[in-house]
Amino acid sequence: MNYWPLLGVAVIVVGFVLRFNPVLVVVTAALSSGLLAGLSVPALLALLGKSFVSSRMLLIFVLTLPAIGLLERAGLREHAQRWMARLQGLTLARLLVGYLLLRQLLAMLGLTGVAGPAQTVRPLLAPMAEAAAEKILPTLDDADRDELRAIAAATDNIGRFFGEDVFIALGAVLLIQAFYAQHGIELSPLAIAIWALPTAIAAFAIQSVRVWLYQRRLQQRAADDRRKAVD
Amino acid sequence: MLRIEYAYWLIAAFLIYTGLRNLRDRHLWHAAFWVVLGALFGGGDAILAQSAAGHTLPAQLGGVGVIVLALLAPRLQRKAHPENRSPEERLQSAIRLGHTLFVPALLIPLVTLLVALFGGWLAIGGHALFAAPQMTLTGLALACVVALFAASRVARTPMHEGVAEGRRLLDAIGWAALLPLLLAALGQVFTRSGVGTAIAAIATAWLPGGSALAALLAFALGMVLFTVIMGNAFAAFPVMMAGIGLPLLIRQHGADPAILGSMGMLCGYCGTLLTPMAADFNLVPAALLELRSPYGVIRAQVGSALAILATTIVLMWLFVFH
Repeated sequence: MNYWPLLGVAVIVVGFVLRFNPVLVVVTAALSSGLLAGLSVPALLALLGKSFVSSRMLLIFVLTLPAIGLLERAGLREHAQRWMARLQGLTLARLLVGYLLLRQLLAMLGLTGVAGPAQTVRPLLAPMAEAAAEKILPTLDDADRDELRAIAAATDNIGRFFGEDVFIALGAVLLIQAFYAQHGIELSPLAIAIWALPTAIAAFAIQSVRVWLYQRRLQQRAADDRRKAVD
Repeated sequence: MLRIEYAYWLIAAFLIYTGLRNLRDRHLWHAAFWVVLGALFGGGDAILAQSAAGHTLPAQLGGVGVIVLALLAPRLQRKAHPENRSPEERLQSAIRLGHTLFVPALLIPLVTLLVALFGGWLAIGGHALFAAPQMTLTGLALACVVALFAASRVARTPMHEGVAEGRRLLDAIGWAALLPLLLAALGQVFTRSGVGTAIAAIATAWLPGGSALAALLAFALGMVLFTVIMGNAFAAFPVMMAGIGLPLLIRQHGADPAILGSMGMLCGYCGTLLTPMAADFNLVPAALLELRSPYGVIRAQVGSALAILATTIVLMWLFVFH
């Protein structure tokens, strides 16, 4: 067994800890791991080039930028915020939990590309979450806004991840089924997918509770502010 | 017929446009970075076709391109271009246009959804309108074009303004946009170098024999750790399965394969929420939302990820051996 290629993993860990540019770290790790495994330089270059262009679909989100940019120039985020501020009864927690549910259900149907950080979070969910939080605590600072946007992105990720595993015709379930089939165990996709449901429900409950706790922290800060204003 | 390759050409055109605009603004490193990336996107099909035919030179040139990008990346300062319109102007426009602003924004998910659901049935003159591979992503690309048209109509602004705004956002995201592709390439290099099998060999050598719980914990935490390192639960799954899941848990302790596979994968997903290596889910959104810390999204996810992981491990322990 050749253990030397593991140094590539060490390059990643050390590079990220020392905060070198991640792009440089990743390419250095790939080169060192490949060379230590005994790949020739031309073969390694070809492998790198071919695998890079084979995953071009990962950059498709940049195509949303012109439309989103144009709409933001025309005031999309400002409008989402003003609209959110007018909606009575739609609290921060209800907005985020509702989005979480929708995202999870869509992912369970295999529709993961419909929403996402570029498609829905930046133009819609994040500004609406900020406006909903401003209804609770008007004095949000920059750190609060960063945290709110991060929570919106986290809600999007969690909804997607713990929904897509329940969908039978895509990705994870088929990978599991294919692995077992290679090793002589025949399973139907449904038998695998059904066991993703308990965790899907737990993930929904956990993220909802955390969003609600965050909202309560904001409410307490707002109450403290009001008390100070009275004193 | 609409194929995903057209979307790649569109991306290539947008990247090269971004490069040329930077060249005009005398941001030479940025210009070189985006033009090289655009060339890789434009030439990608040729690279794949040539290497399928046994010619490796284009793929090798692609590899050189990737290394050039890595050398350029540290020179790109993440600088936000000034916004082209003041907040007051945007607010005025928001009040004037109102809910119509939502229409183009919602067209992006809506058109994607329609293509994903019904794209397979659309045909013109007996030819399918959408190619089957990557149909949802082809739909997303089409949706972006439709939304740009609609946005330009709604805002009564020429479309090239939209492309210019898109370039501003792309420059703000910078090299983070590139990480998901590089990590996918790294995963393939790791697989070819035998990193996975080496880790599995170490894990099995260290594991105490006999205890089902110890093996289960090693499997679940191994899925998390390996996903954190590789940035992808799909890469971790076959390694941990071949190393611990199949020989120890299923063959020796009689674990249920369906439960072990499904919940084991979900443990890996918890790892995805924790790692900068899953750049497309964690670092790219942080850049897209203009957070000051690239790790802001991960920080918001840690609590949920650990709680979901603990729940999943307990569920696995309860169900997998019955």
